[in-house]
Amino acid sequence: MAEVVADTVGSIGPAEVAEVELYHATSWLTKYVFCQDAKVIAIQYSVTAMAIGLVALVLSWLMRLQLAFPGTFSLIQSENYYQFITMHGMIMVIYLLTALFLGGFGNYLIPLMLGARDMAFPYVNMLSYWVYLLAVLVLVASFFAPGGPTGAGWTLYPPQAILSGTPGHEWGIILMLASLILFIIGFTMGGLNYVVTVLQCRTRGMTLMRMPLTVWGIFTATVMALLAFPALFVGCVMMLLDRLLGTSFFMPSIVQLGQQLSYSGGSPILFQHLFWFFGHPEVYIVALPAFGIVSDLISTHARKNIFGYRMMVWAIVGIGALSFVVWAHHMYISGMDPYFGFFFATTTLIIAVPTAIKVYNWVLTLWRGNIHLTVPMLFALGFIVTFVNGGLTGLFLGNVVVDVPLSATLFVVAHFHMVMGVAPIFVVFGGIYHWYPKVTGRMLDETLGKIHFWVTFLGAYAIFFPMHYLGLLGVPRRYYELGATAFIPPSAASLNVFITVAALIVGAAQLVFLFNLIWSLSKGRAPGGNPWGATTLEWQTPQTPPGHGNWGKELPVVYRWAYDYSVPGTERDFVPQNQPASAPTA
Amino acid sequence: MSVIVLFLAVIAIIAGWWLSQQRLMAKPWLDVGSIGETPAWGGSSVPAAKVGLGVFLAVAGCLFALLVSAYFMRIDIATTSGATTTGTVLRTMPVPGLLWLNTAVLVVSSVALQCAQIAARHGQRDAVRDGLLLGGVSALVFLAGQLLVWRQLVDAGYFAASNPGNAFFYLFTGVHGLHVTGGIVALGKTFGKVRSGVAIERLRLSVWLCTAYWHFLLLVWLVIFAVLTGWADDFIVICRTLVI
Ligand code: HEM
Ligand SMILES: [Cu+2]
Repeated sequence: MAEVVADTVGSIGPAEVAEVELYHATSWLTKYVFCQDAKVIAIQYSVTAMAIGLVALVLSWLMRLQLAFPGTFSLIQSENYYQFITMHGMIMVIYLLTALFLGGFGNYLIPLMLGARDMAFPYVNMLSYWVYLLAVLVLVASFFAPGGPTGAGWTLYPPQAILSGTPGHEWGIILMLASLILFIIGFTMGGLNYVVTVLQCRTRGMTLMRMPLTVWGIFTATVMALLAFPALFVGCVMMLLDRLLGTSFFMPSIVQLGQQLSYSGGSPILFQHLFWFFGHPEVYIVALPAFGIVSDLISTHARKNIFGYRMMVWAIVGIGALSFVVWAHHMYISGMDPYFGFFFATTTLIIAVPTAIKVYNWVLTLWRGNIHLTVPMLFALGFIVTFVNGGLTGLFLGNVVVDVPLSATLFVVAHFHMVMGVAPIFVVFGGIYHWYPKVTGRMLDETLGKIHFWVTFLGAYAIFFPMHYLGLLGVPRRYYELGATAFIPPSAASLNVFITVAALIVGAAQLVFLFNLIWSLSKGRAPGGNPWGATTLEWQTPQTPPGHGNWGKELPVVYRWAYDYSVPGTERDFVPQNQPASAPTA
Repeated sequence: MSVIVLFLAVIAIIAGWWLSQQRLMAKPWLDVGSIGETPAWGGSSVPAAKVGLGVFLAVAGCLFALLVSAYFMRIDIATTSGATTTGTVLRTMPVPGLLWLNTAVLVVSSVALQCAQIAARHGQRDAVRDGLLLGGVSALVFLAGQLLVWRQLVDAGYFAASNPGNAFFYLFTGVHGLHVTGGIVALGKTFGKVRSGVAIERLRLSVWLCTAYWHFLLLVWLVIFAVLTGWADDFIVICRTLVI
């Protein structure tokens, strides 16, 4: 029978990759350090991203401590607060989430889920990680540079970002810009790989419409990132020139402390356009992989096919395209033409339609499913709840009139933490609990996982839900301390203490997770190759963890879509993608 | 930002066309293949490296489109905030005559690589080598010429910091020059392989990639040149009427 397959198929796509084409590690160094195997690169990316993410987490504790007990910590001066806020925001969004979803999950899952042996250009892929690591190191270096890291806010708005009133204007801002430029170069190398691999390295039978939604999400996000990051790149290069060579791309004529600076005629608004042309798509660069992964988690752990697969795909592509024409909704208060505001408010609200479709489809997938409340499923459910919550406040902020008073208050902080902070992080966690057995061959501990979930979920709500109220009161964001302000009641201070306690507890829960990751590596239960009974190809590898080249001698052939769960008349409640229709279902 | 939006619209059209070939209307839950009946693979037969270059050119194109966008927006802001005619605020710098020569050299470079590529198709090893050599050397001459232009401008007192228009000039030429440099490295590798006697059939792809990249660089240079010297101003006017 195998004979027949090989025969009919030979003309369509190569079944075997000749051994010579594969990269072979020849020494310890090339096997574990300078490795071109996407699986190793994925782990390198993930570990680096989580390590730097831990720094951002600690910074958030420091900020919360300051907000709850202003003036108590001599270590946290107002300059430090701005530095913490900037580094926290930038690390979380770019160095943690973007790198983890695309570099981590992307590298691991794309080749495996598509039945490929590796990425299209393994060498470039390896370079991508090392450039990323360099970017992270440059960023970390800014903590130790004279004057400390930049305190310009994660948006780095000029002119203040490079003026001497801003902390870190000596070295911090230069290192930050250099690090971002490196990150973008590294990402572009990786991104080329992810896109080309999806386009060209799918195994036989893996049509686009049979790809798991995880791959769709990562693929679309990568395309978006490849087109959006150049805007940040241009912005960073131009600002770096302003800072180092004294050009005036973004710097208007400025009188500082009675001194006329040498800048003249530049436009800060130009930077805002460039930044948000990247910045808004960035939200979806983080969200789309999360959408994809969560779809697969829900379908697998509810033992039910995903509801409306085609609509899910179209929605991912549609959101990706639309998100390039909404950037100026971050600039409602920059003094823009009101008609512009109207245009961007409209496009912003239109995006809500495909996004809402996705949410309905997740809920309908759960509907009457055989829901297993495993840890990945819990996190997936947590994602839906927080995402809907953040999405609703997004509808508020998308309207110009509502946004104008709420902009720059804690309402915005609450909104974006719900929608692009907590929600994608939940998917990251869910994904790790889900794929850890494939990556390591061991299960993460279930009890610790449940503790981790419940504390994080309830805790995140305790942190960010009250912030909406503070925002409505008018408590401004990015404020070191509130002082005695007429419109802010004293109860706001008690609420701040409450939020901080919650933040510290949530932080402690992450340490439980970290412990679980390390402990389970050697002590976890070894569950076999397919513990969740999943259909996608990565669970059908001959070895777990998958060996070099992922598959045995022959690549798998795909006969069906990724969501054949609980198909009537089959023996098991799932049918793997590489199982043909006529074969006995055993 | 209209330039970049237009650029992305073109990309979106290409992507949309490609997606429309991918049977997005298929109902994957209904079509289950059985053994012997092999489902189509769905990928194209184009080598991965060509697709990779295509994606890279889209990214690099995006970068240059953004630079041009920023330039036009900058002019726009300068114009609305007092100065009268488009561009005069930014373009105080003369166009050095040397730029014309450099442009010609870059054209020669592109033509040489095109010849090399045709020769590669016909398996003429010597012609490939000569084409690559001429292309590489003329690209180096182009870079030297650009540096000379910088020299002349600085000597004449047009510093990057003295006027945003100057700054844009240096930025554009610098970023373009870096891309040319990267290309020369790749070209050098291919040339090395030709010299060391690798079979020409195995180099056809590399030569093709270099050539395509060179044409792209030439195109970008022509656009930048037109924008910097102001011939593209009519285009801005059209854009503005389109936007408003
Ligand atoms: C336990 C988790 C977290 C806590 C306690 C936390 C806390 C904070 C606090 C206190 C601020 C400053 C608010 C202000 O004064 O304006 C902030 C800002 C910010 N956070 Fe978080 N955060 C957390 C997780 C995240 C995550 C996962 C992301 C990823 C997207 C994120 C992204 C940001 C951004 C972009 C800013 C804005 C920085 C700026 O204003 O320049 N945070 N966070
Ligand atoms: Cu946005």
